[in-house]
Amino acid sequence: MFDIAVAYNQFKFLGHEFLTWLWFAIDTGQDSYFKDNAGVPYFFIIGNKIVCENIVEDNTVETVTIKGDNAGLEEGLTALKKGSVVTEMKLGLTYLEQTWEFNLKGENLHFTGLKHPETEKIHKKEDMEGAFLEKIYLFGKAVEIVDSAYLAFLKLRLSDSWNSVLQDIRKWIEPDK
Amino acid sequence: MGILASTTSLTRYKVNGVLGENPIETVETGLKRNKIVDIDKEPQEISVGWTNFNDPYHPDFEGSSFLIASFFVFSLRIDKKSVPANVLKKHVMMEEKKRLRESGREFLSKNEKKELKDDVKQILLTRMPPVPYVYDAVWDYENGRLWFYSTQKTANEELETLFLKSFNINLIKLFPYTLADLELGLSDKEKDILNKLKPSRFME
Repeated sequence: MFDIAVAYNQFKFLGHEFLTWLWFAIDTGQDSYFKDNAGVPYFFIIGNKIVCENIVEDNTVETVTIKGDNAGLEEGLTALKKGSVVTEMKLGLTYLEQTWEFNLKGENLHFTGLKHPETEKIHKKEDMEGAFLEKIYLFGKAVEIVDSAYLAFLKLRLSDSWNSVLQDIRKWIEPDK
Repeated sequence: MGILASTTSLTRYKVNGVLGENPIETVETGLKRNKIVDIDKEPQEISVGWTNFNDPYHPDFEGSSFLIASFFVFSLRIDKKSVPANVLKKHVMMEEKKRLRESGREFLSKNEKKELKDDVKQILLTRMPPVPYVYDAVWDYENGRLWFYSTQKTANEELETLFLKSFNINLIKLFPYTLADLELGLSDKEKDILNKLKPSRFME
């Protein structure tokens, strides 16, 4: 185990690679194999925001942000062609006909803008405990599923198969090459 | 933005330790000893402490009010005051003129000006109401996890400091490396590979 601050900076790239791989997996339909711990499938949808960053030779960072409901993602792929990685992504998650939305930053995998499926409104103080537990379950499900996708990525990333996955990602980024 | 809000933010922690034989009592004591102290009429600029999740302006942890099912649920409250620079400037100038008039002098020394500025700031701070910021925390004691409903750096730093002070237990923030190392059940071999990992190049 490294010092926490050192580990945070040294392994930031893991989260960026995870989001880049996740975009690839979603775009090429490989996410259809995703299942939670109970074997129930879940699906991600790319939301209306992707941020790509490229650290160029003089250590300056080039950032490309694609944002908006009708924004095409081609510019994101162009950024990847130039050596960028995905550093932030808005995602939709569908599980058992329920949907979540959230933004994930690669460097920390913290959730922002997290919206869970619709729940009953609280009308009485006595309802609060039930509402609280429902919310905890729903937040927990999103966390569990993102962890499960991250573990699926890690299993590949830490295996001999990664080079082959890397080749597939390169073909996805630049199919004509 | 807290647990019950429709949209929220979430930072995850591993709780690196356990409490003694009676965790509920220990948590209650830790919360009570470090509950938020009002600074409404005080010259303090900041106050940080625990408060109730469902009643953040009346901190009271009697009757295990922080226990919901098997979760410890409470909030971090940060009360902050700040005197706008132009307000301070105005009052300092007014006070300087008053002092000069009363003393019959033509100017104040550098030290006198600094003292006067500090005094004026203290007076203004006692008159200003603090702005309260409330961030919810859910501690799943059985599984050693804590969710903090904010991703703000300052709020997270205050949480980590106050948590250690209150319960004598460290919080380890979960991010890509710590998640992989501590939470996802990787084998020792996989962890060895993880520790030596270098970034991939997606384009050659």
